[in-house]
Parts: sequence; C-alpha cells; structure tokens
Amino acid sequence: MVAIPAAIAAPPELKAVIKGLSFFYGDHQALKDIHLGLPDNAITALIGPSGCGKSTLLRCFNRMHDLYPGNRYVGEIVLRPGNLNIISPRVDPMEMRLRVGMVFQKPNPFPKSIFENVAFGLRLKGINNRHVVAERVESALRSAALWDEVKNRLKQSAYALSGGQQQRLCIARALAPEPEMLLFDEPTSALDPAATAHIEDLIYQLKDRLTIVIVTHNMQQAARVSDETVFLYHGEVIEADKTSTIFENPSKELTSEYLTGRFG
Amino acid sequence: MIDTRRLIAKRKRQDLVFNVLGIICTLIGIVTLVALLLDLAASGLGRIDWQFLSSFPSRKAVNAGVLSAWVGSLLLMLVTITLAVPLGVAAGVYLEEYSRKNWLTTVIEINIANLAGVPSIIYGLMALGLLVYQFHLGQTLLVGGITLAFLVLPIVIVATREALRAIPTGIREAAYALGATRWQVIKDHLLPYSAGGIATGTIIAMSRAIGETAPLVTIGALTFIAFLPDAPVQSQFPFVNFKWLNSPFTVLPIQMFNWVDRPNNPENDFHRNAAAAGLVLILMTLSLNAVAIVIRYRLRKKIKW
Ligand SMILES: Nc1ncnc2c1ncn2[C@@H]1O[C@H](COP(=O)(O)OP(=O)(O)OP(=O)(O)O)[C@@H](O)[C@H]1O
Ligand SMILES: [Mg+2]
Repeated sequence: MVAIPAAIAAPPELKAVIKGLSFFYGDHQALKDIHLGLPDNAITALIGPSGCGKSTLLRCFNRMHDLYPGNRYVGEIVLRPGNLNIISPRVDPMEMRLRVGMVFQKPNPFPKSIFENVAFGLRLKGINNRHVVAERVESALRSAALWDEVKNRLKQSAYALSGGQQQRLCIARALAPEPEMLLFDEPTSALDPAATAHIEDLIYQLKDRLTIVIVTHNMQQAARVSDETVFLYHGEVIEADKTSTIFENPSKELTSEYLTGRFG
Repeated sequence: MIDTRRLIAKRKRQDLVFNVLGIICTLIGIVTLVALLLDLAASGLGRIDWQFLSSFPSRKAVNAGVLSAWVGSLLLMLVTITLAVPLGVAAGVYLEEYSRKNWLTTVIEINIANLAGVPSIIYGLMALGLLVYQFHLGQTLLVGGITLAFLVLPIVIVATREALRAIPTGIREAAYALGATRWQVIKDHLLPYSAGGIATGTIIAMSRAIGETAPLVTIGALTFIAFLPDAPVQSQFPFVNFKWLNSPFTVLPIQMFNWVDRPNNPENDFHRNAAAAGLVLILMTLSLNAVAIVIRYRLRKKIKW
C-alpha cells in the first residue's frame, strides 16, 4: 500500500533547502556534503541502515547537537520563509526551535500534568493568558487525537498514560506552539502495532498544516506515510526522490539492495 | 554429569558461606548501634523531662538542662541550611549544566571531592583565622553557621549534581526542543525534578552538621550559656530580627562533652545528664533522617524515571 497522492504536478515549494551540509561529532564526520530540498506541506522520510546518520541529519534541523560540546556543522540549512540559515552560529537556536518542533523516539513527557506538558511550549512563546492557553492546549490535544481520552483528567500526571498515549501527548506538546516544521525520530519504534497505526494516521493528517521529516526503520511506514524519501548511507545521500519512485523504481543499485533487504 | 553436580554443590556452598558472612557483618553493625542506644537510654532516658529541656546549665546536675544547647543547635542548623543550600545548589547546577569541561572545572571538581574529606577541625581553624580574627565577627551563631555551611557544602553540591544527572536526557532534550533557554529548562524542569534528591542531600548534610563539635569548639563556642539568643521573630515591624546571629551559643554535642568531662560523682551525676543530652541529639538526628525518608518516598512516587 503506497499512500501517495497521484500527482504533485508543479514542482513543490520547498520548505527547507540543505546545501553542502557536513556534520562532525568531534573528529568523527557523520554527515558528508548533503544537498537536499524538503517540499513544503509534505512528509519526507529518512531511511537507511543503522548508524548511517538519519538521526544526526534530523537533529541538525533543530540544532539539538548544540546541547553537547564538540559538535560542528558545516554548510547551510535554509528555512523558508525568511531564508534563515538554521545552523548559522548567528541564528539563535531558541528562536528557530520555536519554528521547528521535534518528537523523539522514546515518549518523553515531562513529569507534570497532562495539561502542563502541552502548555509548556505556549508559555515559552509568551502565551500566558489562561483562556488562550486552555484553548490552545485543547486544540493541540485534538490535533494529536488525544483529547477525548484525556479531557477529564488533564490535571493527572502524564506518566499515568500508556506508551502510545504518551507519544501522542508529546506530539500535542510539539504542536501546541504551532511550529512550521515537525521532526520525528522513529516515533513508533517503542509502540505496539495499534498505537503505531494511530500515530501514522496522525502524522499523515498533520501534513496539511506543516512540513514533516520522519526517520524510520520501517519500510512499510516510509512507504505508507511519506511523499518523499531520502536514502542515506554512511552519512551520504545516495538517493532522494518521490517515495513511489524510490520504492518502485530506484535509480541506484544500493537503494534497491537496501530496500530488498540485502543489507542493513 | 557427576562433575557438574559436584560443581554446583560447591558453588552453593560458597553462596551459603557468603550469605552467612554477610548476615554476621550486618549484625555487627546493628548490634553495636542497638547496644549503644540501649546503654545511652538506660542511663539517660530517666533524666529527660520538661525541666531538663527547659533549663539552662547549672553547677548542680539535677538543676541543669539543655535549653540553650538545643536552641543553639536548632538556630545553628537554620543558619547552616540557609547558607549551604543556595550556595551548594547553585554550584551543583553550574557544574552540571553550565560549565564546559576544561582544566578549571576539573580542578574545581577535584577540590570539591577533596573538601568532603577534609577533617572538620580544619574548617574550624579556617573560620577562627578568617572569620573570628580577621573579620572580627566574634564567636557567634553566624560564624558557627558559616563554618558548618562550608563543611557540608560538598555534600549539597554532590547531591545536587547526582539528582540532576539522574534526569533522563530525553527530558532535557524535550524541553530544549520546545525552544526553552537554559535557565528556563533549569527553573521549570531540572530543579523541580531534582528537588527530592537535593532535599535528601540537604538533610544528610544537616544530620552531619548537627553532630559536629570540633570546629565549633575551635572557633570558641562557649560551654556555659545561661541565656537564649534574641528571638528571630518579633511582634513589631519588621517582624524578623537578626540580632540573634551575633549571639554567643552552645550546641548539644558541646554541652554533652562538657558534662562528660566532669569527674564521675554519684551525688552530682553529670554523666547522666550527658547521656540524656546524647539522647536528645540522637532524637533530633533521627527525626531529620525520618523527614529525609518521607520526602524521598513522596517525590519518588511522583517522579520515577
Ligand atoms: N554523540 C555521538 N558522538 C559520536 N558519534 C556519534 C554520536 N551519535 C552518533 N554518532 C555516530 O554517528 C553516526 C550516525 O549516527 P546516527 O545516530 O545519526 O545514526 P542513525 O542513522 O540514526 O542510526 P539508528 O538507525 O541506529 O538510529 C554513527 O556512526 C554513530 O556512531
Ligand atoms: Mg537514530
């Protein structure tokens, strides 16, 4: 099953353009001269064998690497509108993280109430009016398809939720400040099939509103949800194209070998 | 087959031997503690009454009491805690969250580890030289509190760092990913989540400080105090009063030492007073520990990683 809209006629508008991106963990080069365009309001999947640099690339988009010493970026990631080079040292990571949200592999809610989890991002944006916060929390929880399950226990600890619910809470938390782009790093790898399907649906619906990049080890998942697929290998982009093209008619030998499970 | 069985039997014997050894070692500790407590209780328990708790020291053992000592201990803990906690927590947060790894922070870290091992009398000497002789602060509660605060600072710092380190990276990253600044992450997440660990460390530090004698004797805490410091609170504006900080003081262990030091004399039995003072001190320490356990339990229930 390949859930691809039949035609993306005009060349899609790009939300972000990566130009000559290399990334170093100290001396170890994890990304090598990457060039890539991410279409607006679309889902781009990053696939490739373990250790190829998917997470590393994803975490460049919100400067997560800045949290640890010794990491270094080279090149540009231009975010539109505004042509902001995300990884420029002159750009304030706090500011650009308000535009680019992230959902992690393992659900990581704060040990606070469900409500406070979602509200935190709003407060960071300076939204403090009680009614506005309550409204935005509700709409974020609705977008994350969690509202009906939690509306009567917003004051309860987020740790009382199941793993799948926690992950949807994390999605709601990321959605609340209304980012333009959302990053997912294997968001379903810790979940059972039912919760996974639920989250996939959710991600698919979100692309009307924002641009999504998702790392996944699950080829069916990449095929099901994404519009574009990027195949990474040893820190390099081997092939990037429409998901249907990558899965049905890849142009590189390595890509088809990986997709048919001959390595990785 | 037989070989395997012999081997397993041998291993089981080893297991048993270690088990018994472990029980014996544990018992040695417990029995000693219980014996000490019982001995103390046997001679001191009967002496503890309202008169004992509400009287100043006296030349007559039956008239003497620990009022100035326990009030002194309590006020001293108040000074120590208000100095050591903000300093220690701030230092711990800085070292764990802000400082980059370089030679300076390495030196600081080694120093903190070493400070924890410095004999307490050295702190007393430092306080005597610096605070009493150099700054002429006198032999007061403030000086005693500063001395003990320095003494327990490493405990608070280490507890803070450990509590911070126990917070999973995922939580930190989640907060930063939402666009929080370092200070917002610390204030809204790291400090609240590590409060349990910090509180426990603080109380451990307090139970260490409350039993300290040497540094206080060194700075010249008195052994015979027949008055109380001014009350920290008053009925007129501004309702608090800091004169007590400049008051001379004594504490329970010093009072106890003073009584133990007198010749044994059945008519004027100061040793009995010493045992009773010891019991009061142990009671204060145990209640501190009880508070620590309750806090830890409460917060662990709310936050578990
Ligand atoms: N903090 C780090 N310090 C040093 N090297 C790292 C660090 N994190 C990752 N690497 C290295 O960078 C390379 C890419 O890692 P990355 O985590 O991006 O892989 P990945 O494609 O996400 O793999 P997986 O599918 O297993 O999650 C690997 O060789 C890894 O060993
Ligand atoms: Mg990864």
